[in-house]
Amino acid sequence: MKDTRANGLTKEMFRKLSFRPPAETLAGESVPVWRDVLRRLASSKLAMSGVVFLVLLAIMAIVGPLVSPHDYYTNNLDHTNEPPSSEYWFGTDSLGRDLFSRIWMGARISLTVGLAAAMIDLVIGIVYGGIMGYVGGRTDEAMNKISEILYSIPYLLVVILLLVVLEPSMWTIILALSVTGWINMSWIVRGQIMQLKNQEYVLAARSMGAGGARMLFKHLIPNTLGPIIVTLTLTVPSAIFSEAFLSFLGLGVQSPAASWGTMINDSLTSFTLYPWQMAFPAVLISLTMLAFNVFGDGLRDAFDPKLKK
Amino acid sequence: MKPQNVNSKPTAQSPGPSRKSIVPLSGQSSGQSHVRPIGGGATPLLEVERLSKFFSVGGGQTLKAVNDLSLTVGKGETLGIVGESGCGKSTAGRTIMRLYEPTSGATRFEGRNIYDMKGTELKRLRREMAMIFQDPYASLNPRFSIADIIAEPLDIHHLAGSGKERRRKVEELLERVGLRSEHASRYPHEFSGGQRQRIGIARALAADPKLIVCDEPISALDVSIQAQVVNLLQELQRSLGLTYLFIAHDLSMVKHISDRVAVMYLGKLVELAESSELYANPKHPYTQALLSAIPVPDPQVEAQKERIVLSGDLPSPVNPPSGCPFRTRCPYATEKCAAEVPAFREVSPAHWASCHYA
Repeated sequence: MKDTRANGLTKEMFRKLSFRPPAETLAGESVPVWRDVLRRLASSKLAMSGVVFLVLLAIMAIVGPLVSPHDYYTNNLDHTNEPPSSEYWFGTDSLGRDLFSRIWMGARISLTVGLAAAMIDLVIGIVYGGIMGYVGGRTDEAMNKISEILYSIPYLLVVILLLVVLEPSMWTIILALSVTGWINMSWIVRGQIMQLKNQEYVLAARSMGAGGARMLFKHLIPNTLGPIIVTLTLTVPSAIFSEAFLSFLGLGVQSPAASWGTMINDSLTSFTLYPWQMAFPAVLISLTMLAFNVFGDGLRDAFDPKLKK
Repeated sequence: MKPQNVNSKPTAQSPGPSRKSIVPLSGQSSGQSHVRPIGGGATPLLEVERLSKFFSVGGGQTLKAVNDLSLTVGKGETLGIVGESGCGKSTAGRTIMRLYEPTSGATRFEGRNIYDMKGTELKRLRREMAMIFQDPYASLNPRFSIADIIAEPLDIHHLAGSGKERRRKVEELLERVGLRSEHASRYPHEFSGGQRQRIGIARALAADPKLIVCDEPISALDVSIQAQVVNLLQELQRSLGLTYLFIAHDLSMVKHISDRVAVMYLGKLVELAESSELYANPKHPYTQALLSAIPVPDPQVEAQKERIVLSGDLPSPVNPPSGCPFRTRCPYATEKCAAEVPAFREVSPAHWASCHYA
């Protein structure tokens, strides 16, 4: 005190500054993992353009046949092989049927086949793969051998045999695709579960006395969701392509029902004369496959951002 | 039996009920040998008896990860287990937690063999024994919020009656381990390693356990954070009367936290003594070698210090050496060491070692 006075400094000239060490806080808002994934997905332009295309396709598949002035199955022999016009937006085929309606009916079939086959793969794959991975040991070995044997049978052979025995239809195609389609999914799930089973948080849950159901549904399956969803989005386009391919060979949906594959087949004989008959379904198949693939890739990157760089 | 401070009872000189201070201490309790059988206080909480865990590695061979391990842990005590990577200390911890079924032997918790337990009794045990894991990144489910992680034991054992009570308990636990209650809604990836380890500790505390098995809880952390976590563990031990089985490979940290220290080599115990006694007066050549590797923070002492450098690698636990497991790397090994397995014997009061020449 004396010193301060000697220097001409007084107490009034000082102000007490409060200093508290900054409390530990976390910057940024709290985000659950899935919201982080969605944010990363939304930031990928390519993946989002795939999503936009697929949404438009789904909308058109629903409303397309309704807004067209012509239905998809009535023959109109006065207007065969017409090019796109204001009356027939995408032209007509050799029987005078409206291609615009037929294209979107085909989209319905393609999307249904793709989604239904993927869903069946998903359910069987998760159950089968989950059991293989979680139980392990001999059970895993035996089940794995069975799936390997199934996988080794040429898939086209199975499909063609099935389609010969059963009546060709959209549902037969879905069944045929599901016979072997789930194997890939089950392997993915198995690998994931096996890897997670020895993670410390799973051990921690066991050390706390968590039961089997809690273990599977709270710890194991939610953490395999990323790879499962990615596999799913890549299963859909391959199912769509298989349907188009089988329909093209005449093993798929039967006339008058329309599928992109049958439409291409119909236009095959005269595609040099009426190229739009082939162009519309061909372009749509390609774009749909591409859209699903970029969406799947985007999802994979979103789930695991480290993979990209 | 008396519930508190059983451990400090035999030491007449020990001042009051405080067991151990948070500040590092060395040699404070030396000389006051607690008379224990193969260790353990007056009332052992945990008794491990001739525990073995072998893994089949194919080709008819077995890996003897834990081989004939016996020890006891007294109530309120911290027993450190040290050893190099692959010596079986983590396997021992997990077998003691019954995450692995043992090949033979018994682990008794409050007198009951945990490997005989079933149903409700086992579930009860899961509340009384908790575990803290090594990797703070792998030990928290990334899809759970912090509240869900910490409340998991509460959910499993239905310990929180209502959502409100659950929330209150989570906040209490968070504050207890030095985190903020607002952190409850966050997710693990938003935290640093040290913070995550605190979350793991909060989770271990949630069901009010008596024993916590700490499986290298600090080896994945920075040195500065290690001290914080160790101090937190000690503070919790004092306030909650916890018993720790502390597995680690950092000798100085183990000395700091443990009352007694067990040294493992190739699945077996080679030495067990009170912490200060073991560090001041190691009997087994392996312990001597380990201790000589601790750096001293004084360049002159460090330069003059004689280090015992072990030759060779850890032998395979699939095919361990005959006789004394350490003989292949021991500077003093003789023919007797190859022929006879040394008994784990009390070489001086409360100081056990398995060496023919200790």
